[in-house]
Parts: sequence; structure tokens; C-alpha cells
Amino acid sequence: MDIDVSTGRPSAPILRVAGLSKSFFGVPVLQDAALELFPGEVHGLVGENGAGKSTLMKILAGVYERDAGTIEIDGRPVSFTHPVQARRAGLSTVFQEFNLLPERSVAQNIFLGREPRRGLLVNRREMNDATAELLAELGITDIRPTATLASLSVAQQQIVEIAKAVSYDARIISMDEPTAALAGAEVELLYGIIDRLKERGTSILYVSHRLREIFDLCDTVTVLKDGRVVASAPAREFDDASLVRAMVGRPISAYFPDPSPGTAAGIPLLELSGCGNHQLDGVGLTLRAGEIVGVAGLQGSGRTELVEAVFGAAPFTRGSMTLGGRAYNPGSPRDAIRHRVALITEDRKAQGLSLNQSIIDNALSVVRSVHPGRTGAARRDAPNVFSSLEVVARDLDQEVQYLSGGNQQKVVLAKWLAIDPQVVLLDEPTRGIDVGAKVAVYTLMRRLAQEGKAILMVSSELPEVLGMSDRVLVMRDGRLAGELPAGATEEQVLQLATGARGVHS
Amino acid sequence: MNRLTSTHIVYLVALLTVVAGTVLVGSTGRNFFSAGNISDILTGTSILGFIAIGQTLVILVGSLDLSVPYVISLSSLIGAGIMADQAGNILPAVLAALLVSALIGLANGAVVAGLKVHGFIATLGMGLIVSGYLGSTYQGSSGQAPLAFRLIGATGLGPVPVSTLIMLACAAVVLVMLNTTRLGHAMYAVGGDASVARMSGIRTTTPVIAAHVLCSVLAGLAGLLLAARLGVGSPTIGSQGGYALLSIAAVVLGGTLLAGGKGSLVGTLGGVLIFAMLDNIMSVLQINPFLKDVVRGIVIVVAVAVYARRRTVHRQARFGRTSTPPPGPGDARSGDDDGRSGRDAGTRDGVTA
Repeated sequence: MDIDVSTGRPSAPILRVAGLSKSFFGVPVLQDAALELFPGEVHGLVGENGAGKSTLMKILAGVYERDAGTIEIDGRPVSFTHPVQARRAGLSTVFQEFNLLPERSVAQNIFLGREPRRGLLVNRREMNDATAELLAELGITDIRPTATLASLSVAQQQIVEIAKAVSYDARIISMDEPTAALAGAEVELLYGIIDRLKERGTSILYVSHRLREIFDLCDTVTVLKDGRVVASAPAREFDDASLVRAMVGRPISAYFPDPSPGTAAGIPLLELSGCGNHQLDGVGLTLRAGEIVGVAGLQGSGRTELVEAVFGAAPFTRGSMTLGGRAYNPGSPRDAIRHRVALITEDRKAQGLSLNQSIIDNALSVVRSVHPGRTGAARRDAPNVFSSLEVVARDLDQEVQYLSGGNQQKVVLAKWLAIDPQVVLLDEPTRGIDVGAKVAVYTLMRRLAQEGKAILMVSSELPEVLGMSDRVLVMRDGRLAGELPAGATEEQVLQLATGARGVHS
Repeated sequence: MNRLTSTHIVYLVALLTVVAGTVLVGSTGRNFFSAGNISDILTGTSILGFIAIGQTLVILVGSLDLSVPYVISLSSLIGAGIMADQAGNILPAVLAALLVSALIGLANGAVVAGLKVHGFIATLGMGLIVSGYLGSTYQGSSGQAPLAFRLIGATGLGPVPVSTLIMLACAAVVLVMLNTTRLGHAMYAVGGDASVARMSGIRTTTPVIAAHVLCSVLAGLAGLLLAARLGVGSPTIGSQGGYALLSIAAVVLGGTLLAGGKGSLVGTLGGVLIFAMLDNIMSVLQINPFLKDVVRGIVIVVAVAVYARRRTVHRQARFGRTSTPPPGPGDARSGDDDGRSGRDAGTRDGVTA
């Protein structure tokens, strides 16, 4: 890199955005946004969903065209109409959804559309060597260039996505929630890669909902709210409270609501003893009415498998479960639903919603198929449920694919509220949704606990687990590694989750 | 854990078919490996092979081609018609037949890629159009292939018919194209995920159009070979063979995903070989032709069911059927590892990789 970053204050920004505006169908989503990105800088872009972050990134990437404003790279005004043009100018974007082909190799994915050739034919060796070199530069040695993408973990796929962005000789990389699908240890891996990129003088525009990452990684933070930049300053001038306040305009105490008055842990509702299947073993736990129990653990530790087993999706084959004192052996989700057990799944788009169906059809889908007699009543209740959840939509016939992530998640919740569950299993309930919607989910969880429902919440976000749970169960390698009371620290959870420093008991 | 790819499975099944053929054909007192019989089988692979190669490309890009039977018939008629029993006309006749085929493929591809009509519908429509033209223009067989051209359908190198050699040559060219050219990579990309391809700077219409053109040209070649075999062109030769659905079946049997983006031409050739051997075995055993279709049907469905099962069962089991003591001393919840319970053990845990 030709820019001297040793002074820490490089003179000229590599990217300068000014007066950027964009409307969709007359609704302004970005107004007069401005941003400066310096070489070797990690610049955090935060804000609630709908604040305009994604729109800003997509304009920079050439996916959307701006209505007004200027974008300069190295002082030269640019205008992109296709992602390829942006990449040629040195600006690569890692979108939230993977832009990779699962059935092709790592090298084939990275060099897709610009495979090195000898004569007319693709030079496979050169392609694989270049891929290995690229990954090595990022400090990655455990991904083979010839491996099929589908055989890699989500974290490894994310790394391939980043490597692909880097491979266009990118001087600016913008990343839209690169850790959305990653767990603790995998996030560390990403940190390492970002450090390497910084050393090379690459600038990074980093969008994340996880404040922790913003403070760990970013030199500068820009806060968007309702399409406008409301704050932009060095990261050290913010703390959790001031950043959240800038994003949502409300104090952090509202972030994790206190238990609703009158909430008390009651009788044991769900009990597991010595439960196991091909992914889990020796799982024993008790879940009481009115209780919120968090489940923490690394990716792959068996958290999702635990809730899927209780929900009958991948049942236990050993041990015993009781629900409300009676034997409970769900052989299918349908069984579990009949016992009023609900599972809000991790992957909302693939498992939670029929994206091209309407809000109301999604909300009624469970009632309709399991308790068809109650459909009418559920339909009458629906408007109240949606307004209590503050779902923002044109009307109930709108297809859910057009809703924001937060509103989609609320539709999933409404779907399960319709069966009046006694046990609610939540798997990553706030993944990829904005702060406002998160608070709505938390408030709903408190309300359900107050009503005497038992709640088991799986989450990769430790502040969330610790902020919401009455107790925290920590999983490791398919077993419960231990239990921590409310008020435990993130370090305690991580020790159990990674098995570091002896075994907690 | 080195798992079998679907291509391996196809050839394993082909090998089993050979074994079954040896036994069954042997039981009638004949030899499955006689030069005559091998020649029969290979002849059976050639026509279906051409079409299945093209169909593989079209399916890989996420489309389908149901118009192939009519392209075959049309090509046989154009070829035999222009030849008119004159050896000197062979070259122009072949070129004309292939050009018309290519134009049909171009139209298919343009409709699929440009107008975003799914290949199923686009080529169904094209098939009807060509079929209508054939029905209104030709009353029956027409044209005449000269002896020199008919020899292509009748001669071979040892037991290997020339038509099969031409088919294999085409397969080799297409194989190189798919695996080692940008066009081939782009075909996989567009079929796998068109938006990923677009975001990677690929012109997403080109691979789709190219696949359709190649598919039609290969069908045209098949039509010319049929004309060489019969000596005449025929308006029903393509549809009689049931090539559209049979070629799709061979492609899927070969392990290519019907949704596109994943598959191999080598697998398709295995699928074609299996069908040709089954046909041969059943003919030798003089099995009722309707029963033949039943056997084909079962083979296709079983094959796809096997692939589907392999795709869902991909996670390795962490624990066996009974509890294992947790590693390390003093674990928080060693639990009462009574190992098993009467609960549906054994009914649901059959699905271990």
C-alpha cells in the first residue's frame, strides 16, 4: 500500500460519501448521509434495521443507484450500476447472504467468472494455487481450495466469502453483519482476518448488530437512524450506553426488560433425565413454569439439537422426558405441538416462514394444520396479536418476504402464540434483527414468563443470554457442561463452553 | 470418511447390471459378452447418449428440453430430404439439419433466458410447434439417405458402432467444455444460483442459451444417425422413442440434480449405459415391452430416492446407540446413564450416517 499509516492519521480518505439520498416508492430510506473512510481503518456502521445501513452499503456496492449525493474513491467521483464495476474500482462487498455456490469448490467459487486460463481452457492448478495463497495471506490454512463449499462449516464459508472479496484486489471491503451466523470462537477467527486486512492497508466498512464487535474492531463508528447520520466519531468516544442511545434514542436499561411483576418460578413443567440421541448424550434438566432458561455453547455444541429433540424434530432415543408430570415422548413436531410445545427456529427464512405467503397465512399455519377447529378464533385474534407485537406491515395480506427481519420474526412469534404454548423453545430469537425488534422479543419473553410459560432460549449472544435468563445452561460437545445462576459473567460461560481451565461443577 | 459420489454409485449399479446381464442372458444359453450383443448394447447407447449429453447441459443450467423428440424427427427429414440418395449432398444436408436444430435451440434458449419462461414450458411449446409443422407437412417417411451415409449406421470398429464413437467424441468435447472452460463453469454457476452468478459478473443468459443450442444440435445429430440407420427421414421417429423423458431420466439417474447446478456428464453416460443394458437384457429374455417400462420406472425412482436419502443424511453421529460416559473426571452432570429406555429406541434412530 502506498499510503503511510504510521502517523495514524492519514491525510486523505480513500472513500468519501456526501449528501447521499435514496427513496423507495417515495419513502426516503437514506437522507443526506455522509461518511469518510481512511486507509487501514475499520469503520463501524450501526443502526437499527431500517435505519438505512443496508441501503447505503448496496449503493456503494452498485446494487442500487443513488437519487442524490456523491461518492468519491481516492478523490475521484464514481458511479456504479453493477457490483462488478464497484469491485473494479477496488470496493468489494460481503453481503449478509452468501454469494457462493454450495456444490462447487472453494477455488471455483472465488474465481467464478474470471477463472485463470491457459489458452481457452481454465488453468485449474493456477486457480487452486492462487486460492491457497490468498487464504494463507488471511492466515487460513485449514481450507483446501478443492474442497466443496457445502462440506465447509458456516464459519469457513464466511471466510471464503471474505477471501473472494479480497481477491478482487479490494482496497475497501464492506461487510454486512459478517458474524451473524458465527459463534464465539469463530468470531475470533474473523477478528484475525480483519487485523490482517488492516495491516495491508485495506479499509473496512463494518456493519454489525453486536456492539461488542463494534468496540473490539472499529476505529470509528457512524450511527444511522431513520436514514440520517446521527453520530460519527472515534469508537473510544462511545460506550455501550451512549451507542445504544444514539441508535434507538432510548436508554440501555430498556434493552433487557426486568421480569414482569408477579413472575415466579413455579412447578417443574419440563423435565429431562439422561436424554440422548446421535448428537446428544446424558442431558438432564428441569424447566419450571415462569422461568427463562438460557442455553449457551459454541456453534456445534448441540444447542440446536437439544431444542429440536424436545420439539420432536430429531427425537431423543434414550432417557426420559416428562411434561407437566406426564411422560412426554414426541416423535414429530406435530406431536410436540399437540402438547403445546413451540419452537422458534434458528433459520427464520428456511424453517420459520413460507416467504411467499401472506402474513396472516403464516401466522395461522400451525393452528390450521394441527388444530383446524381453532383457526377461526385465531384469525379473529390475529389483529390484536400483531398490534401487541408492533408488527409494521401494509396489511395482513402482505407477503412476508417483503417484511424486515424484525417484523418477520414477529410473524413467527405470532404463529406460535396462536397455539397458546406452555413451553416455548427459542433458537437464536434475535438473530439478524434490529434493536427495536429485539426489545420487542425480550418484552414478549418476559410476558410469557409472567403468564407461567416455561422458556428455553438458545443464543450465541452472551449479553442476551446473561441479560434475560434466570439460569444459564452451558453445552459442550453434545452434553451439558454445567449450569450457572443469573448474574454469571461471560468469562464463566466461556470457560464452561470451551472446557478451559478445568471443569466447572 | 471417503463417501461414494453419485457417479460412483451409477457405475456400481452399471456393474451390477452387467453381472445380472451375464447371469440372465447366460441362462438362456447365450453370451452377454458376445461381439454381437455388445454391439447391440452400444448401438442402444448412441441415440439416447446424444440426447442425454445435451439434456445434461440444459438441466445443469436449471432448464429442461422437451422439444428434443421433434428436433430429432425434423433433423432426420431435413437430412434425408436434402440428400435425396445423392452422396454429394451429404455435407450440405448435414449442415442444413444441424443449422435448423441450432436455430430451434437458440429460440428455446432466448425464450428461457430472455423472457424468463421456464424451460419446461418454453420447450413444451416449441415441441408442439415443431410437431404441428411435422404433422402438417409430412404424411410419412420421406427422403432417402445414400449408401455412403447409411454405412455410418451400419459399420463399426470391431463391436463398437461408428455412431457410438461419434457420440463418445461429442461427450469428450462437452466434458472438456464443462470442466475446463469458463463457459462450463458459468453453466454450473447459473444453474446453481443465478444471482450468485450475476453478482460474480457472469452474463447469465449466455450459458443458458449455449446449453439449449448445444442440446438441440446434439438432438439434430441423433436425428441424422437415425436417418442413416433407417435410410429415410421420419416425422415420428423422435416421439416414438420417448427420448425426451428417457433422456431426463438418464441424466437424473446419472446423479445430476434436476434443479440444476450439480451433476456430471460421466454420470449421465453411466445412466445411458444402464438403460441400454436393461433394454438389451430384457429383449434377449423376450420380456413383454410394457414390463420393460415398469422396470425402467422402478430403476429411476429408486435411484433418485437413494440420492435424496444421501443428501439428507449428512451429519456424522457424535454418539452411538447407547450412552457413553462423559470424558474427563467430575463432569457436572454425569447423569444416570442407564443407557437406554424402552421409548421408541430402534425405530427412529435407524438414520445414522
